[in-house]
Amino acid sequence: MNRRALILFALTGLVFAPVLRSQVTFDRILNAKQEPQNWLSYSGGVQSQRHSSLNQVTPENAKNLELQWIFQARSLEKFEATPLVVDGIMYTVQAPNDVVALDAVTGRIFWIYSYTPSKDARVCCGRVNRGLAILGDTLFMGTIDGHLIAIDAKSGSPIWNVTVAKAEAGYSLMHAPLVVKDKVIMGTAGGEYGIRGFLAAFDARTGKEAWRFYTVPGPGEKGHETWAGDSWMHGAASIWVTGSYDPDTNLTFWGVGNPGPDWNGDVRPGDNLYSDSVIALDADTGELKWHYQFSPHDEFDYDSVQVPVLADIQWQGKDGVKRPRKVMLWANRNGFFYVLDRTNGEFLLGKPFAKVTWANGFDEKGRPMKVPGMKPTPEGTVVYPGVQGATNWYSPSFSPHTGLMYIPTWENYSALFITEPAEYEEGRRYTAGMPRSVVPSMRPGQVNNRSEEEGYGAVRAIDPQTGDRKWEFKMTDVTDSGILTTASDVLFVGGREGYFYALDARNGSVLWRMTVGGQVANGPMTYSVGGKQYVAVAAGNSLFSFALRQ
Amino acid sequence: MTGRGQIQTESREVACMVDGSGWERYHRGNLRESRNAREEAGKRRGMDLRRFNVCVLFLMGGTVFAQRNFTPAEVGVGSRLYRTNCAVCHGANGDGISGVDLGHGKFRRASSDDDLIEIIKHGIQGTGMPPTNFNDFEAGTVVAYLRSLTTIIASSEVKGGDAARGKALYESKGGCKACHRVRGSGSRVGPDLSEIGTLRTVTELESSLVDPNAEVLPQNRSFRVVTKAGATVTGRLLNEDTFSVQILDSKEHLASYTKSDLREYSFIADSPMPSFRTRLSDQERADVLAYLVSLKGVDIP
Repeated sequence: MNRRALILFALTGLVFAPVLRSQVTFDRILNAKQEPQNWLSYSGGVQSQRHSSLNQVTPENAKNLELQWIFQARSLEKFEATPLVVDGIMYTVQAPNDVVALDAVTGRIFWIYSYTPSKDARVCCGRVNRGLAILGDTLFMGTIDGHLIAIDAKSGSPIWNVTVAKAEAGYSLMHAPLVVKDKVIMGTAGGEYGIRGFLAAFDARTGKEAWRFYTVPGPGEKGHETWAGDSWMHGAASIWVTGSYDPDTNLTFWGVGNPGPDWNGDVRPGDNLYSDSVIALDADTGELKWHYQFSPHDEFDYDSVQVPVLADIQWQGKDGVKRPRKVMLWANRNGFFYVLDRTNGEFLLGKPFAKVTWANGFDEKGRPMKVPGMKPTPEGTVVYPGVQGATNWYSPSFSPHTGLMYIPTWENYSALFITEPAEYEEGRRYTAGMPRSVVPSMRPGQVNNRSEEEGYGAVRAIDPQTGDRKWEFKMTDVTDSGILTTASDVLFVGGREGYFYALDARNGSVLWRMTVGGQVANGPMTYSVGGKQYVAVAAGNSLFSFALRQ
Repeated sequence: MTGRGQIQTESREVACMVDGSGWERYHRGNLRESRNAREEAGKRRGMDLRRFNVCVLFLMGGTVFAQRNFTPAEVGVGSRLYRTNCAVCHGANGDGISGVDLGHGKFRRASSDDDLIEIIKHGIQGTGMPPTNFNDFEAGTVVAYLRSLTTIIASSEVKGGDAARGKALYESKGGCKACHRVRGSGSRVGPDLSEIGTLRTVTELESSLVDPNAEVLPQNRSFRVVTKAGATVTGRLLNEDTFSVQILDSKEHLASYTKSDLREYSFIADSPMPSFRTRLSDQERADVLAYLVSLKGVDIP
């Protein structure tokens, strides 16, 4: 090494060494925008915009993206995890519950923490995991058998392992936990097993439970009256997608899943709070501050398990003057796009973003006006959107730069909803009926021969001010992919067809596409190492990382 | 259960269902299934078991002997368990997962009923198939239910039809070979009929003969592309994505087109198959049906 290189090396060391050594404090997570080279939480920031200020990849040069590396998972499950990246190290989950630490530049493995879930685990729809959380040097993962595990980020060794819920009764942990201050917040899936859903916070150092909020209120609690008889005991209302946090109000926001049993509401008369709602809880105590229910007394499995997107935008008041407003943007599985005031839950706007037949608008208070007769019957009732929804858990993106919300959308999609008698038995599915495809199955086969009238996938760009669509990028097949946007107006998305795209976030035109050979069922993310921007996405059973050709 | 044997439902009972209750269509179709589902729900509640029970006779037919027989009520239990626990992924018809067709005995990983019971109970590691907490009996009823779907079809009979005469009609007057293929003979443009007798009931086949437009399965829909050069190509749509289509064209070529090279592309609304309502007499149609029902592929005992 010559002298000049030696000096450069020393300088590089000076610049990077402190970063490499520093821990992921909550302050760093809160201010993730200040270090866009890292991706410190599931949605890239506590506001959950899945938007990065990295701008090396632009609409002009996106055509020069090329593959850097592939990590092939030893798992045939759907790859739903979004990785974290901390100072050049990537952490992700190989389904169901193996944590993997990789070199984010080369994809080489540092370590794998292998966890074998109990055979008691009951999952409705795949033995999947959506990712990790980090605080300090500790990673956190929920498991499909109801455990929350803390793992050392350097060695991959477990630090603590607590049982959060009873696996044999259908409780499972799927989503990436959310770290707020010194706590790890985790909800439980199991909406098809008659669970009683809850969200709980755990001490990050010890795993000791700090608070718990039941998403189905018990006797004496407010909202209990929205459940007839004993129906609350198996009211489901699961949580399986990561929530958000607003430091100004100290509120943490979470989307809640369907009431149980899914397709027979007759056994649970009432609104069934807090199923299909967003709940706003005090992050220190778990106390409910407000809620908004998207689908009261739902009988279509319209889980509101979308990522709560927080944004500060100009909003026109009743006096016609625009002022800054703290809002929450929400494209719901039920087909409506919502804008809520996140300080108090006030309903500001609701408008369909895809074909909807179960409701035809809202009353003054923002309660949906249901269409009479739209309910599951023994004969079956056709309803739009179908059971998978007009969107689902797929991460949307909000770009402060374009001011648009980007939604993974299923259009022209319906299902035949059939109801049956309900009977609860622990550990058994408690759904009381079934949805059927009216047209060719929407299941993720490898072949598509559906017509556009029978359903298609799209990225839709919505203006939050009006709920109007600015543009649409149509895909022939539907899409389970999340969306990432960057400050340079590049939008990344995949789909079931096995393409991965860079679109122009301003107009939806295709800038670049790559065949990745398997369906994308996770949200893309971006990071940077050594001044080079990477974009990572999983497709099929592999994780791909792309960057510009050098 | 003892050993690795086939679970049987009594074939006579199944035949009765075909005759009487409309179950024969239960395994496929969508909207029309609901009526059958309702009937079946009624049976489970004991409302309409009379006709059903009359049919229950012990017939140990065929070469395979049952290790465990399931009564219609038990098959009903399997049906309920299936619909509640399996149908969301596997579909009401058992064909919701690509490469798996539970209603037609097509499994990826099971070669016996015991294999199926193991899978139902314990799931398949590394795939989306989860374990259940079913006991052996319950898992067995689900398998019996799945087997009953196949048996319903396999036991279809055509009254007064002669398969040999039907074969001759199929090949001559009917002109069926121009589009269909049986065991390597005939065109590939239409659906291959080599095992149609295991896939469709008499009622369904008859409906297809007299009213081919009534229902065209998605995988059999005709597709038409017009290239920018002006050439028109029709065929069966095999696959489509945002940028391309894959078809088996009328000359039996596998062809892939980039959409940007096409002037237009769309499904053809009508089936290319003519109606045989008047082209064939009632007797001739019965003969052709008898022939079609006799087509059980090569692996069916």
